[in-house]
Amino acid sequence: MTSSPTPSQNTAPAKIMDAPSAASSTDPSPVELNRVCTGSEILWETLIREGVSVMFGYPGGAIMPAYDALPKYPQLHHVLVRHEQGAAHAAEGYARVSGKVGVAVATSGPGATNLTTGIANAMLDSIPIVCITGQVASALLGSDAFQEVDITGVTLPITKHTFLVTRPEDIMQAIKEAFYIAISGRPGPVVVDITKDALQKSANFKWDASPVKLPGYRPEHRPLPADLQRAVEMIHAAKKPIIFAGHGVVRSGATGLLLELVRKTDIPVAATLLGLTGFPASNPRALGMMGMHGEAWVNKAIQESDLIVALGMRFDDRVTGNLKTYALKAKKIHVELDPAEVNKLVHVDLPLIGDVREILQLLVPHVEYRDRSEWLSHIDSLRGKSAVIDIKHMPDNGKLFAAHVIHDLWRLTEGKAIVVTDVGQHQMWEAQYYRHDFPNKLITSGGLGTMGFALPAALGARFACPNEEIWVIAGDGGFQMTQAELQTFVQEGKKVNIAIINNGYLGMVRQWQEFFYGGRYVATPMSSPDFVKLADAHGLVGFRVTKRSEVDEAVRRARETPCTTIIDFRVEQMDSVYPMVPAGADLDAMIRRPEATPAVAEHNPIYETGKDE
Amino acid sequence: MAALLRTLVAYVEDKPGVLNRVASLFRRRGYNIASLNVGRTHDTGVSRMTIVVEGDARVSHLMEANLYKLVNVLSVEDITETPAVVRDMALIKIAVLADRRAEVLQLIEVFHARVVDICPATLIAEITGSPDKIDAFVEVLKPYGICEMVQTGRIAMTRGVESDASRISNGQVSETVVTAA
Repeated sequence: MTSSPTPSQNTAPAKIMDAPSAASSTDPSPVELNRVCTGSEILWETLIREGVSVMFGYPGGAIMPAYDALPKYPQLHHVLVRHEQGAAHAAEGYARVSGKVGVAVATSGPGATNLTTGIANAMLDSIPIVCITGQVASALLGSDAFQEVDITGVTLPITKHTFLVTRPEDIMQAIKEAFYIAISGRPGPVVVDITKDALQKSANFKWDASPVKLPGYRPEHRPLPADLQRAVEMIHAAKKPIIFAGHGVVRSGATGLLLELVRKTDIPVAATLLGLTGFPASNPRALGMMGMHGEAWVNKAIQESDLIVALGMRFDDRVTGNLKTYALKAKKIHVELDPAEVNKLVHVDLPLIGDVREILQLLVPHVEYRDRSEWLSHIDSLRGKSAVIDIKHMPDNGKLFAAHVIHDLWRLTEGKAIVVTDVGQHQMWEAQYYRHDFPNKLITSGGLGTMGFALPAALGARFACPNEEIWVIAGDGGFQMTQAELQTFVQEGKKVNIAIINNGYLGMVRQWQEFFYGGRYVATPMSSPDFVKLADAHGLVGFRVTKRSEVDEAVRRARETPCTTIIDFRVEQMDSVYPMVPAGADLDAMIRRPEATPAVAEHNPIYETGKDE
Repeated sequence: MAALLRTLVAYVEDKPGVLNRVASLFRRRGYNIASLNVGRTHDTGVSRMTIVVEGDARVSHLMEANLYKLVNVLSVEDITETPAVVRDMALIKIAVLADRRAEVLQLIEVFHARVVDICPATLIAEITGSPDKIDAFVEVLKPYGICEMVQTGRIAMTRGVESDASRISNGQVSETVVTAA
């Protein structure tokens, strides 16, 4: 047995990225042009001036003129993915890690429709990406031409905005506006669909460096001073307050201010899945994740609280459970950038509309210390012994549990790796057992729950930070959805490490079948290729781990290997994610971990040692 | 029971696809449109929509906030509680022969409607007014036999100084918008 080092009590950097600015451009000061260019040249010239250095794409008929012009721009690196969905996810991974706009390129028709899953994912998780698609020639629009799809129509409900460009002289403005819209305010995806003739024809190109002005688009909001004052009073008056850290904390780089707020007020912090890295897990006031797979005592504390200060989150149903019984005793302060999220699902007593970091800057100087020891010790008593989240002392009974694998990965990487997870059981185990102490080190698909997200997103993350350690954690199901991107890593000579939590099932669906569908495992048993041989076939290196005692060695060897590696972790097949709020149930009506009877302990060492209630 | 109706006035950029964006938003969010009218205004490039939707004040606030998220929407105002002139126009073709024409013409006069077409067996009445007035007009005409009718959908304008006009003309819309109730 090994003892795990504790990552230093991290006080996260106050700022992980630049605040979203009018344009992501960092002024590469290219030679200023004032000459006739083709639409294709205008496209690339504009991207360069928007600060783009890498994009993920796949060529095809309608976008070919653009690709043909690409060799003139060596400062633009194009990564050829193996499926356009991978391009969109890679753009997301790039955007999330870099804080800049990610770019995906595809052709018309099937190329464009293949992007849509990634676009929807970016919409639900507020990720700034710009998708550039080729379109059939403008004269053919609406004629059901070969590879014609009305992609601006298809993506209308899953984008912040869309552009259909039919003239070369409109390309620069459309791209500029797309970048501005994507990254400003609540970020999101923008589609720019450009007809083939617009790419082929020529127009005068003169870079317009002035900021984008859109009369109807006002992404910035500021709360009224009176409302800020009221928030301070509500925080002071609260006896049982709790802070929620959502994705907005991470995106706006508000971790430092949140730590300061907590230091001053002694209020505990629960996090959403996407907000997990917004507040260090090792902080004594960190409660960890709330909601469907949050710890039962955290959810119980939420139900008992008298004030919720929700920061940059949107009360997703995975967070609230049954809305009719959700946190009824709590007044709610909702700090949120998007006015349309306020009072959407949960009645809010005080909305503060604006950027989380900016609002905390205004709020933190005015809050004062209040003695919360009674409330904090009550939460501790709720915790009791019931949550055995710290599994480092668990005996090795010869079986391999996903929780062990993930906990060991945390221990061996000291929590410093960028972790990119897919969707399913492993994603929840990662959230529970990898302790997130550093902001923005977890990249996962939250709102859409897109299986197949992890591998291509890690590709994008790799281009955003060439030197950091990256681990993909994926299930055997999700990994098989986008595994073709392995070869993209090979072609690009890029390394990540891939941990496949392989239980031979679509595990989360199997778990629901076990709990809610009478144990009828329909269409969830799943075979996989030999992942070690698969790695070999790609010219990569694979390992297989079937015992806990082998984890350290495999991880060590994967890290030492210069190329991308796959570790096939053959974990317990019938393990489930505990605790769990069944969909639509009350937040505190959780399915708990099996009790610590010897038989259960024999089967699963990750049991609860305390009594429920 | 009729559902609660809210009336929203939205200024939008006069660009292709804007109506589609607005309609798609209402469809996607499950808001039921009772009436939607769109037309150009005296400002070049600016169209005005009058949208009547089912819902209460909370829903209306969300609709407003969601409309603001559309890049082409310049400003939105819920005028349900503001004194406003609300008008609808209808053309109604009535089956009426010469023997009862005088009766119908009298009704038309009472309602301040007007006749815009007379044929031997039909006439067309044009009426402008509040939706209630048009409903009442239709009721009294029904016994004569309505062949067909068409309505424009409601258009609305608040009384007195129109705040939105000044907000738009300088291109800088104030940030008073959309905090929730």
